[in-house]
Amino acid sequence: MEDIYNELIMEHSMNSYNKKKLDHADFCEIGHNPNCGDEITLELKMNGNIIEDMAFSGHGCAISQASTSIMIDTLKGKTIEQAKEIIKTFIEMIKREITDEEELKKLEDAIAFKNVSNMPARVKCALLAWHTVEDILK
Amino acid sequence: MNYKKDFPLIENKDITYLDSGATTQKPIQVIEAIENFYKKYNANPHRGAYSLSMDATEIYENTRTKISKFINARYREEIIFSKNATESLNLIAYSYGLDNLKNNDEIVLSIMEHHSNLVPWQNVAKKTGAKLNYMYINDEFELSDEEIENKITDKTKIVGITHVSNVLGTINNVEKIIKYAHKKGAVVIVDASQSIPHMKIDVQKLDADFLVFSGHKMLAPLGIGVLYGKKEILNDMNPFLMGGDMIEYVHEQTTTYAPLPNKFEAGTQNVEGVIGLGTAIDYIENIGYDKIQEIEAEVVNYAKQELSKLDYIKLYITPNEKNHSSVISFNIEGVHPHDVASILDNYGVCVRSGNHCAQPLLRYIGIDSTCRASFYFYNTKEDVDKLVDALHKAYNMFEKYIKKG
Repeated sequence: MEDIYNELIMEHSMNSYNKKKLDHADFCEIGHNPNCGDEITLELKMNGNIIEDMAFSGHGCAISQASTSIMIDTLKGKTIEQAKEIIKTFIEMIKREITDEEELKKLEDAIAFKNVSNMPARVKCALLAWHTVEDILK
Repeated sequence: MNYKKDFPLIENKDITYLDSGATTQKPIQVIEAIENFYKKYNANPHRGAYSLSMDATEIYENTRTKISKFINARYREEIIFSKNATESLNLIAYSYGLDNLKNNDEIVLSIMEHHSNLVPWQNVAKKTGAKLNYMYINDEFELSDEEIENKITDKTKIVGITHVSNVLGTINNVEKIIKYAHKKGAVVIVDASQSIPHMKIDVQKLDADFLVFSGHKMLAPLGIGVLYGKKEILNDMNPFLMGGDMIEYVHEQTTTYAPLPNKFEAGTQNVEGVIGLGTAIDYIENIGYDKIQEIEAEVVNYAKQELSKLDYIKLYITPNEKNHSSVISFNIEGVHPHDVASILDNYGVCVRSGNHCAQPLLRYIGIDSTCRASFYFYNTKEDVDKLVDALHKAYNMFEKYIKKG
């Protein structure tokens, strides 16, 4: 349990610097888990092909909030192609389709959610933001 | 008396099960009754002319009689079997609501209804032009007499009221609501899903027009529910589902329907569920509601007392003990209920977290979700201690982060 509710995840979930509004967002998308009521709004600002800035607002459990915040740290500064690859890897890690540590390195801090794959009830929480940004980048 | 010994899952798993409001665990007597049915009596009731099918019919129909006595219905054919309370409520909405409501009629619900007694009425309102109005709760999480009398008017044709709130545990004074609604000429639907496991239901004393409940919240298997309706009302209603066993004569273009109760029981029914429900009722009657209430009062009062000692816990319960059943919603302030439930689960404590299929209620209170511990007679003070212990651990994990926030 402490593996999940660790320092990094707790800090991001309770006091995230990514929880704010962007001044000139290019995209804005709402993600919602109807069963638990978690709802986040993701904002994204592009610079050509590169994700220049991201921010989020909304409410949810520690896992969904931290996952959103850490995702923003990971994806900021990446190209759309790189971001898509990272998102795919994250989703596959949570679904236990990838376990190879080497392959997971590109997730940076988001690797902290690896153990969520052992908590089926919380998979949806960890994936909410990632599915939401996946929709934006489609 | 240790009732847990009758519940193999609780005995074998060594868990603290505090989610009986979602579904109760099943006693060995119910599990064995179902096994016994398949070993000795399985056949399709009402169909065969051979003795095995007649035995199955007899067990099935005897359970109907048992249930009618259990809730003191006047006639056994006032008991209709369904899949669950949700299906019973949909049956009423479709077969009574759509046919009897018209433009500008009013449907009145309490804000604490489960989605199952709310969403079907939104549909009826949309299709008929009727208005959907709500009775709201006061600061004590109760419906005041004033609110009831303000909302139920001469235009009200249907009142839907849960006997006990699945989120707050508030016991509504349904007898009073029914009396007032009848004075205004409305028909009243009582959702007894959260009350019948814990207290005696007498449909004649209540004078309920319809009353529904699910078997699985009262020790019976999943997938069996009951609709009670007054005979004269059910007789005037059209069937909900059509097909086998609900007919009299079927011609190429027309059909006449079977009399009650078969009119509302199309297709092969959940006979094992009915058998299991009958056995669950035997089990409950064997202990007795007085004893059940005595045990629950002791455990639930202890839980309220111990939880009240934790200054980081917010409780969502009425202060009036006599109006509170055995459901306790709470939050650790600043911590999301799903995180609390996950951490509790790690210590073997099962509580529900979320909006409990009552989004309008939670929105009205101004929260997204709660943790919910719901108790039954097999719970003990030791279960409460384990809950409190696990809550301490959950709080400790979050404490230093909450204070920064």
